[in-house]
Amino acid sequence: MTLDEFVQAFAAEFDETPIEAFAPATVYKDLDEWSSLTALSIIAMVDEQLEKRISGADIRSSDTIEDLFNAIESK
Amino acid sequence: MGAKLVINGRNEARLLETLSMLEGEGHSAVVADMSLQEELDMLAAAVPALNGCVHCAGIPKMGSVKYLDRGTMEEILNINTVAPIVLTSLLLKKKKLQKKSSIVFISSISGVFTANTGEAAYATSKGAISGYAKTAAFELAAQGTRVNTICPALVPTAILELSNSMFSADQLKETMYDRYPLKRLGTPEDIGYAAIYLLSDASSWVTGINLVVDGGYTLA
Repeated sequence: MTLDEFVQAFAAEFDETPIEAFAPATVYKDLDEWSSLTALSIIAMVDEQLEKRISGADIRSSDTIEDLFNAIESK
Repeated sequence: MGAKLVINGRNEARLLETLSMLEGEGHSAVVADMSLQEELDMLAAAVPALNGCVHCAGIPKMGSVKYLDRGTMEEILNINTVAPIVLTSLLLKKKKLQKKSSIVFISSISGVFTANTGEAAYATSKGAISGYAKTAAFELAAQGTRVNTICPALVPTAILELSNSMFSADQLKETMYDRYPLKRLGTPEDIGYAAIYLLSDASSWVTGINLVVDGGYTLA
């Protein structure tokens, strides 16, 4: 999966936030809709679509969507 | 407290370490993985006659309701719910649990009294155990055996490392403690003392209850 595809997949887990709000440089924890629920959905999405396991610690230690993508790629 | 304990775990090194820390004498340990039927059979055969039992093996499985799948449900129900139920049956059939025993299940406020994001699988497994405990209490009363559960709120133990928490244990202590009227999270000792009460004759008129040990969390 490319970074752009990952940004799309990330955005798809949000119900209220428009797609334009998502870019590689988006600091996801600053989004209004960011919560422990969206965090769990991202973990599940990464498991299902990238077949990689990430943890709460991985989500905590990344800031932008691109950071998270890179952290996942390195696993 | 004067009891002789038989303790169980699946990791031999950690189990033996715990065994060495126990006060008093006459304690023993049996290594068994509760997720495997043959190990439950072996465990039930290996233990001596018991006056009581505390079922505390459990795993977490954080995840949103939208993504809850069969594999996750089967795994968590197998360990948290089916294993303690089946072990209880085996202990009763083999007459290892004598009359007037006390059986204690570690349940949770989650799934019995409260809910939180991401806890559906865990809450299901604990709601089920509390349901089972009521029927077991009703049936086993005929032989004087009592069955109760303890429903803790958050007690930071190794289970937390297995769960996909958004917060580290230290962050949890900082952010969660003001949800607790008694201003702290639980400790294993808080739960241990509740188990001692339920195991002992001090609770001889108590059966079928969910004993909430939660620092006042469910009040708020």
